[in-house]
Amino acid sequence: MDVASAKLIGAGLAAIGTGTAAIGVGFVFGQFLNSALRNPAAADGQQGRLFLGFALAELLGLMAFTVALLILFVF
Amino acid sequence: MAAAGKIDPMHQFTVEPLIPLHIGKYDISFTNSAAWMVASLVVIALFMWGGMKREVVPGRWQMAVEGLTGFIDDLVKVNIGPEGKKFTPFIFSLFTFILAANLLGLLPLAIVPGWHAFTPTSHFSITGVLAIASFSLVLIVGFWRHGLHFFSLFLPAGTPWYMAPLIIPIEIVSFMVRPFSLALRLFVAMMAGHILMEVFGSFIVNGLSSGSVLGFGVGTISFLFIVGVGALELLICALQAYVFALLTSLYLNDAVNLH
Repeated sequence: MDVASAKLIGAGLAAIGTGTAAIGVGFVFGQFLNSALRNPAAADGQQGRLFLGFALAELLGLMAFTVALLILFVF
Repeated sequence: MAAAGKIDPMHQFTVEPLIPLHIGKYDISFTNSAAWMVASLVVIALFMWGGMKREVVPGRWQMAVEGLTGFIDDLVKVNIGPEGKKFTPFIFSLFTFILAANLLGLLPLAIVPGWHAFTPTSHFSITGVLAIASFSLVLIVGFWRHGLHFFSLFLPAGTPWYMAPLIIPIEIVSFMVRPFSLALRLFVAMMAGHILMEVFGSFIVNGLSSGSVLGFGVGTISFLFIVGVGALELLICALQAYVFALLTSLYLNDAVNLH
C-alpha cells in the first residue's frame, strides 16, 4: 500500500474520534438537563460549569480532527 | 468560482502582507492578520470609550460596558478569590480581544466581490501566543509567590506514598499540556467553524448555479443548514472566549492558592 492511500485511510480512522467525542458532549448536556429538571432553582447557577464541561469535551473531538489533518497534510 | 468549481475552504485563512516591511532578513510586514487585530482593538476601544460615562443611572451603552466588566470581575472573584482582583485587567483583555477577533471574523464582508473577513484567532500562531502569555503568567505568579513550594501542586495533599510515583508524572504531564490545549481549543474551534461555513456556502453557490432541480434542492437545504450553523458559530465565538478566560483564571487559582 503506498503512502498516499495509507494517509487517507489513517485520516478516516482518526475522524472516528470526532463521533466518540460527540457522545461525550451529549453526555455533558444530558446530565446537566437531567439534574436541572430535578432541581431547577439551582440550575442557573451552574451554567458556567456546563459551558466549561462542553468546551473540555469538545476539545478532544477537535484533537481527533487535528490528528486527521496532521496525518493528511504533515506526514 | 465556476459552476462545477472545486471547493477551496483554506483560501480564507491565507495571510498576505499589506505593507511590506523588512529588518535585515526578517519579514515584519503589516499583514491582513495584523490589520484585523488592529480592527478588533479599535472596536473594543470604541465600545469602552462610548460607555465609560459616570452617570449614576446608566444609559444603555454604559449598562452594556458595566455588564461586561462586571461579568469578568465576577468570574475572577469566584474563581481566584479576593487576591484575584489584580488579575482582572489581564483576564478582561484576553476575553474581549478573543471575543472581538472571533466576532469580527464572522462579518459577511463577502457580499462585496473579492473581500472576505479574516479571523486572527483561527491561526495557531496567534492563539499560541495568547496561551503562552497566560501560561507564563501562571508560572511567574506561582514561583514568585511560593518559590520552590510551587512544585507541591503536583502531589495533592493526602495521597498515599505508594501512589505518588504514579500521580506525579500524570500531574506534570497534564500541567504541561495546558498551554497547548488552550491554544488548540480556540484555534481548531475557529478554523473548523469557518471551514464548515465555507464548504456549505460553496454547496449553495454550486448547487443554485448548476441549473438542475437536484442542485436547487441541495442549495436550499444547505442554506437552511448554514443559517443554523451561523447561529451556532456566534455562540461558539462567545463560548470559546469565555472558556479561554475561565480556564486562565482557574490556572491562576492553582498558582495563587495551590489547591
